[in-house]
Amino acid sequence: MSGAGGGPYGHYGSGAGGGVGEGGTTGIGGAMARELSGVTYLCGDCGAQNVIKNKDPIRCRQCNHRIMYKMRTKRVVQFEAR
Amino acid sequence: MAATRIEAYRVEADQLYESYRSLTLAEVKTVVEHLREKLRIHIVKMDVEEMVFDLIGADASFANALRRILLAEVPSMAIEIVHVFANSSILHDEVLAHRLGLIPILADPAHFEGMLPGPAAEANEHNTLVFELDAAFVLAKGETGRQKDSSNGINTCDASTLKAPTRNVYAKDLVWRPMGEQETRLAERVPQVAHPDILIAKLKPGQRIKVEGWCRKGVGKDHAKYSPVGTASYRLLPSIDFVEPVLGEEADRLVELCPMGVFDIEDLGKGGARGAGRKAVVARPRDCSMCRECVREGPGVDRVRLKRVADHFIFSIESVGTLAPDRVLKDAVRVLREKCTSLLEAIEAEGRGDGGGGKG
Repeated sequence: MSGAGGGPYGHYGSGAGGGVGEGGTTGIGGAMARELSGVTYLCGDCGAQNVIKNKDPIRCRQCNHRIMYKMRTKRVVQFEAR
Repeated sequence: MAATRIEAYRVEADQLYESYRSLTLAEVKTVVEHLREKLRIHIVKMDVEEMVFDLIGADASFANALRRILLAEVPSMAIEIVHVFANSSILHDEVLAHRLGLIPILADPAHFEGMLPGPAAEANEHNTLVFELDAAFVLAKGETGRQKDSSNGINTCDASTLKAPTRNVYAKDLVWRPMGEQETRLAERVPQVAHPDILIAKLKPGQRIKVEGWCRKGVGKDHAKYSPVGTASYRLLPSIDFVEPVLGEEADRLVELCPMGVFDIEDLGKGGARGAGRKAVVARPRDCSMCRECVREGPGVDRVRLKRVADHFIFSIESVGTLAPDRVLKDAVRVLREKCTSLLEAIEAEGRGDGGGGKG
């Protein structure tokens, strides 16, 4: 568990508010919660949800596909209708 | 006093553009008096969407000012800010927001204040209308274009996915949410979309769009979505006359030459059916598209004189459905009057020597 919250993608933790991996870890800060329970990604091939933790291989558990997509934020996003 | 000051705004008269020479205040007054006596408006056609009227006795500059104001400076309401709560459709959030912005909103702009510029401006019930859209395509159990993979609860792809049904999201799915005292204030005419059947997006099973659109008051010069007209245009009334009459078979030829059917045959009552007793007359000059077919070749070349009436404008206003065309015209005239008033105030302030900034 070295480099707590300081990995190359650490900045992702600043805003996204957890996405799916948040469940069951209420009370712990966003970055910490993510480190313990991982972040959910979608497989680029089969679409399955995969929880990937720090140092886990980037690979789908169902089909071994190596391309994963981050899930959309649960927050509201504002746009200009222009 | 004003008469002497206005000299300063005078541009040196150019011989070529004599008619556009700047005028003294006295001259302006006679021109305005003349205009007031001569100016006439005659409504030719009027329905909920379109209006055609004749503007007679006006200068081209006046007609053009009116047209430009109609397109770009009459205020109307449109969605300006979109909050996206969920969007799993194929449309990107930005594209969806843009599409929502272009939907004509049926709400009277007179009931709202414009949004002040700058970050300090706050949304409230006097400047913002809120519409909600929540559309999801959920298939009932058993009903499917897809197969369920029980291992992870996610639909897997198979060939039948290609045939999965589609649900359309229309403008009518936008629901107005009254804020504050809007419910009572706008009860007479409930805000809604002008056309319920505008397609916004298409959903495949499992997709969902949940957004909130905030409408603001704006003008067409800021964004075309605020323009209350599809188009507003004018043309000069065509004037067609004969230098000398076109008779007999030549008259028939002339009638055939015109693709717009401007000419008719008048029977003079003497001679045979195809004899010299027939004469071409101008029956529908308004239908003339100025194609010049009648003067290109044939009997009309040196006998038909094709011109335009310089101060007779055929004006057409096509509303997008948010404001009635006559209302748009009234609003445009009001904007034009406000412009004139502020110009006059500026000139008078200049005359008094207190600079351009002061209000009269």
